[in-house]
Amino acid sequence: MSGFFAILRRELTLSLRSQGDVMTVIAFFAIAAALFAFGVGPELNVQSRIASGVVWTTALLAAMLSLERLFALDYEDGTLDQLVLSGVEPVAMVVAKTIAHWLTTGMALLIAAPVVAMALQLPAQAYGALMISLLLGTPTLSLLGAVGAALTLGAKRGGVLLSLLLLPLYIPILIFGAAAVEGAILGVASTTPYAVLGGLLIAALTLCPWTAASALRHALE
Amino acid sequence: MSGPVFNTAEFSGARLNCQRGGRLVLTNLSFRIASGEAMVLRGPNGSGKTTLLRLMAGLARATSGALTWNGDDISEDLSAHGARLGFAGHLDAVKSAQTVRENLLFWASLRGARASDVERAMATFGLSHLADITARVLSAGQRHRVALARVALSNAPLWLLDEPTNTLDDAALNALRNTLSAHLHRGGMIVMASHGDSLLPHARTLDVRQTQPASAAA
Repeated sequence: MSGFFAILRRELTLSLRSQGDVMTVIAFFAIAAALFAFGVGPELNVQSRIASGVVWTTALLAAMLSLERLFALDYEDGTLDQLVLSGVEPVAMVVAKTIAHWLTTGMALLIAAPVVAMALQLPAQAYGALMISLLLGTPTLSLLGAVGAALTLGAKRGGVLLSLLLLPLYIPILIFGAAAVEGAILGVASTTPYAVLGGLLIAALTLCPWTAASALRHALE
Repeated sequence: MSGPVFNTAEFSGARLNCQRGGRLVLTNLSFRIASGEAMVLRGPNGSGKTTLLRLMAGLARATSGALTWNGDDISEDLSAHGARLGFAGHLDAVKSAQTVRENLLFWASLRGARASDVERAMATFGLSHLADITARVLSAGQRHRVALARVALSNAPLWLLDEPTNTLDDAALNALRNTLSAHLHRGGMIVMASHGDSLLPHARTLDVRQTQPASAAA
């Protein structure tokens, strides 16, 4: 357990020292959302109509941005070898790194989301649903992302491959995340989308760390 | 680094074969090493020294053959095997954004070593004056010394070193020589790939190219 916290602490220190990482995610999120706004035009009712989908889509793309580096940097400089040999269970190592990814990416998106949503004229009654759905959905993005990042480790053009692998898997999260926000706009209770997002999170929690850990072992061979 | 004496142990490999990219790199290779012994891997570039070290570490898998620690197959518990070895490969695994001390303290905490062990390892490898400098500005030789210091504080009986003398200056070579012999005196084991001076006058040599069961294992 002490190894788990040591890795988590170090991951957070490293990503906070290279603040660029967190800022890039937020900047990408804001700019991509702005592109939608410009593309759709200035009609407020159209913007507020698509706001939930746009916020969720761009958040999902922004979360992908930093995934490629989740294991790749450690793989390239030999840290991954050392971590696997350190006696810490590889699963614990994967969980620590995934939590660190979520804290620096998912949390950043969560903080930036209301601002982006405001710019897209999201109706006031939908903010609560947006935050809850992001809170339930973004950890799943990180967990699935860890599997993808481990599977594409060492592959040439791993980043492109990672997108092709992950984006289809992200579709259910996108559908139910956007549906939760949509429901709130229409005044319908969002219980079902929350339940599905929570279920997906639990499934990802129980499956992804083990899958990623075994993919890492293969990548090192 | 001095410390408590290790329990007697034996590490051996029997009839190892390993294929990399469709090519047989290791053929029918066997070895045996016991506490207090050292073994130097020899062979030209590409002969499989690095592959053999990664097999020994449990990082790579042999196509056939078995590696055993005190008679137990290492693949039964790779995490436990990792914990009893210190590995220094071609990659130094030093994070540029952290200082030398922070880098080593992290690995020390994973290995249950104390902060005083870190200070001593840094002193041994001439890193004390660099302790609070970010690793970004270190030279290749200095980074490599950090990697060796990590092995020294790993508190593990088995050290696997891949050409550790590369990029080291005379002072660091001396430090390494002393560290290695102290490790052997504690009952540790060393397997080292090397081209030049092995630093270990009494070490056995294992020629990685040979296809017969290694006579060096006697």
